[in-house]
Amino acid sequence: MNITVASEKTMTSETHPIITISNLNKWYGKFHALKDINLDVNKTEKIVICGPSGSGKSTLIRCINRLEVHQEGSIIVDGTELTDDVKQINEIRSDVGMVFQHFNLFPHLTVLENCTLAPIWVRKKPKIEADELAMELLKKVRIPEQSQKYPGQLSGGQQQRVAIARALCMQPRVMLFDEPTSALDPEMIKEVLETMIELADSGMTMLVVTHEMGFANKVADRVIFMDEGQIVEQNNPENFFSNPKSERTKLFLSQILNH
Amino acid sequence: MAKQIETFVRLPDRNPPSSTIGFISWLRQNLFSSVTNTLTTILFCYLFYLYIPPFIEWAIINANISGSDRSVCDANKAGACWTFIKVRLDQILFGLYFASNPEQTWRPILALSIFTIILIPLVMENIPFKKWLLLFMLFIYPLIFIVLVYGGFFGIPVSNTTQWGGFLLTFALAFVGIVLALPLGILLALGRRSEMAIIKALSVTYIEFWRGTPLITILFMASVMLPLFFPSGVEFDKVVRAMIGITLFQSAYTAEAVRGGLQAIDRGQTEASMALGMGYWRRNVLVVLPQALKISIPSIVNTFIALFKDTSLVSIIGLLDLLNMSQTASRSLDWNGYDIEGYLFAGFIFWIFCYGMSSYSQKLERKLDTDRRAE
Amino acid sequence: MINTKIPFYRDPRFRSLIVQILVLALVSYGLLFIYQTTVSNLVERGIQTSVSFFDDVAPFKIGFSPFLEFDLGKTTYIEVFYIGILNTLLIGALGIAASTIVGFFIGIIRLSPNWLASKCALIYIEVFRNVPLLLQIMFWNFAVFLATLPPPKKSIELGFIYLNSRGLHTPKPFVDDLTNFNIWMFILFIGLCFCFWINKRSKKQFEQTGKRNSIGLYNLVGFIIFAILSYFALGSPLGFDLPVLGKFNFKGGGQLPLPLFSLWFALTIYTSAFIAENVRAGITSVSKGQIEAARSIGLTRTQMINMIIIPQAMRVIIPPTISQFLNLTKNSSLAVAVGYEEIVAVWAGISLNQTGQALIIIAMTIIVYECMSLFTSFILNAYNRKMQIVER
Repeated sequence: MNITVASEKTMTSETHPIITISNLNKWYGKFHALKDINLDVNKTEKIVICGPSGSGKSTLIRCINRLEVHQEGSIIVDGTELTDDVKQINEIRSDVGMVFQHFNLFPHLTVLENCTLAPIWVRKKPKIEADELAMELLKKVRIPEQSQKYPGQLSGGQQQRVAIARALCMQPRVMLFDEPTSALDPEMIKEVLETMIELADSGMTMLVVTHEMGFANKVADRVIFMDEGQIVEQNNPENFFSNPKSERTKLFLSQILNH
Repeated sequence: MAKQIETFVRLPDRNPPSSTIGFISWLRQNLFSSVTNTLTTILFCYLFYLYIPPFIEWAIINANISGSDRSVCDANKAGACWTFIKVRLDQILFGLYFASNPEQTWRPILALSIFTIILIPLVMENIPFKKWLLLFMLFIYPLIFIVLVYGGFFGIPVSNTTQWGGFLLTFALAFVGIVLALPLGILLALGRRSEMAIIKALSVTYIEFWRGTPLITILFMASVMLPLFFPSGVEFDKVVRAMIGITLFQSAYTAEAVRGGLQAIDRGQTEASMALGMGYWRRNVLVVLPQALKISIPSIVNTFIALFKDTSLVSIIGLLDLLNMSQTASRSLDWNGYDIEGYLFAGFIFWIFCYGMSSYSQKLERKLDTDRRAE
Repeated sequence: MINTKIPFYRDPRFRSLIVQILVLALVSYGLLFIYQTTVSNLVERGIQTSVSFFDDVAPFKIGFSPFLEFDLGKTTYIEVFYIGILNTLLIGALGIAASTIVGFFIGIIRLSPNWLASKCALIYIEVFRNVPLLLQIMFWNFAVFLATLPPPKKSIELGFIYLNSRGLHTPKPFVDDLTNFNIWMFILFIGLCFCFWINKRSKKQFEQTGKRNSIGLYNLVGFIIFAILSYFALGSPLGFDLPVLGKFNFKGGGQLPLPLFSLWFALTIYTSAFIAENVRAGITSVSKGQIEAARSIGLTRTQMINMIIIPQAMRVIIPPTISQFLNLTKNSSLAVAVGYEEIVAVWAGISLNQTGQALIIIAMTIIVYECMSLFTSFILNAYNRKMQIVER
């Protein structure tokens, strides 16, 4: 099983990072939420970001498609720097897919309409093409039979898979996941993670905020641990889990793994 | 080991760039964030410039407050005539009886003061004995009000309801409306949710009947038809007729507010009390109603705001409430032509009470909302 | 053997039946008693309760009756009743239209990113919904309009619309040439069908190719030009009766007497404050997540507002706004205070005083309002049921 959506674009420039974040600082009022973040994300790389709540991990990935506005530093996505320019922001947003903790499906649209809305109105695709693509992706996330239902009629796991399909319909180059399984029951977590693993296997660039360490171990190229708005350490999963460098990381891992 | 710990250096919190905080940044974000935003700000500032200074000049700077007759105001037409309000204040607040018997004005003042003294702890948080205060307000206070304002006991001279007027009458109508409508409304709400088909049908008919008709029609009915409903000999004066009409009307709205609260209570509460062997009345009085009433307080207060405003309708059937009294006073020969001041004053009093109540109910709603989320 | 038979008086079904029968009997008896005393009281006063007065000629004048001809000395009571209903419906329709527009406008300003604008809208809402409507009606009518509007000779002019102390005077359309008017209407109908056809075709094309054409706008402009051209080609079949200044006041045209204008003005301001609050609550009820999701898939601001926020907000806004429409219509009964001739004023007021037929007249007035109320709840229920089907 492979998801080919992103593969064509990823072939072109292997060396340039697709996302470059340098000296990023972000404040909520007077609260210093992100401190001097530097991060490069390469194409097809899978990064898992973990850390205690309030550590700034969600804020970081929300900055990447400008759901949050940063005050200092720069974020460059695919060669375009994030500024106040509305047109650029919309272009970047259509290239960066996002999956939310609470799904955020549009309750007044059917599953299919949820998926085709942006391809039709942002990508200006003919409706027939958009429908075909959406059905194909709904098949990939294994819920084509639900396409005419409304989100309120689906289970949480199904809704989250629709949300993934909705983001994929825009044929994004990067996918951001903001705690995609935190609002789900255990058996539903499994079906969503399976979908995400398949997506990872297809070569998609992914940034995932999650506490699912099994997923990190299996999929991630790099695991980043954040605390108090800083990147505490980053490493490949083997080293990260077996040999964490800092005391803070050890403490966090012992808390999260012993549960 | 020590070396590893060093890898994480905690950076100190810095203050955000000065351009993003403080007053200037607030101005930029809220008033000048875009071209449209800036234009809007300029437009509104221009509108303020056009209308606010002349109004302040009229209402405050040039206003007349001295003197005791219209000659002062007639000499200075550029300002509002608050002298009129000052001279007729007793009449507008307490009605004709107390205005013509100034030595009796202590009675309504005392009655309203007692009300205020009980009300203040009732709406505050973390006050003990709230339940007793509420019961006192609902059952004992009306008696105090009657003794003080109506009189007839302890040598206090009687002020007939026909002579009631001004804010005092507005207050009395609204208070009677809410106090009598509450028990009626609770019964109707229980009836509407009853499993007995006939009781339910009767309750629904009653509630929808009163809710479907404007209050003015009901007041017409009360003033024209109520005397016809009873055998000759039974007589009510106009104020009592209006009170009956208002109570019946209000009970339907209270019933709907209480029903909203009843619906919000989980069915498990009824089931649990059934399991404890409670009958219908015990179940509702001891378990369901206390919870439901608490939830429905904001809606009940909202219906009360509507009622308080609607009491002004009695001026159409000829009662001298706050609105009608202000209007009548401003149309008297002494003060003819100063009706704007009369309306503004009456409107201001109504506004203070309604706005106060609506802020209170919104606050309660938010509190109930967070309480529920915390559970 | 346990005796399973319970005594009948402890059977819950029996008890409930008895309670219900008792209550029903009590209520019926009460109503019957009231009815009988009322009838006997009326007889005592020399009033025979009957509907025969319907066909009597009404001995008073009704100044404003735009739909039915009023003719003093000919118009009967039952016609007065109809005039009252029509006038109530007129002020209801005028008020609903105006307060919806103003209410949505204020509600949107309330959510403006501009702090000043938003606070001004808040003040508007909090001031006008917390002051009794009757006071507002009287204030605008007596203290503002009657006192400050100029006499007819010095009317305020807005194109062909004139406002003075007698009221608002507008041009009034009338059919000049019936045949040509019908032809014009027919042509317009054909044109409209054509527009719909073009629209449908362009939508289909959009779905097939993804190319969005602004045909809708061309369509509208084209239709308006077509309507104007054909209007003149047919020799202006629809004329406009313009108000002309006579000796004392304007004659001809559409007339909104001052009481109607004041009532309309006050009802609009009062109800729009409530509608604005509904609009605000509806739009803020759309969760932040929805907006974030819409942004994250790259929708522009306009697209987000049109396709995500408005459809969801409208479901929250529409039901309470329909209730406000009913309230507005019921509140129009306060017209009594300024003398606009709607149902309560002419029927429960003057006609009742003239005939003394309190029972019938009040009952009919209440029935009129109950019908409106039932009609509104019918619409509301239908709307809610439709929305339920869409969502579940």
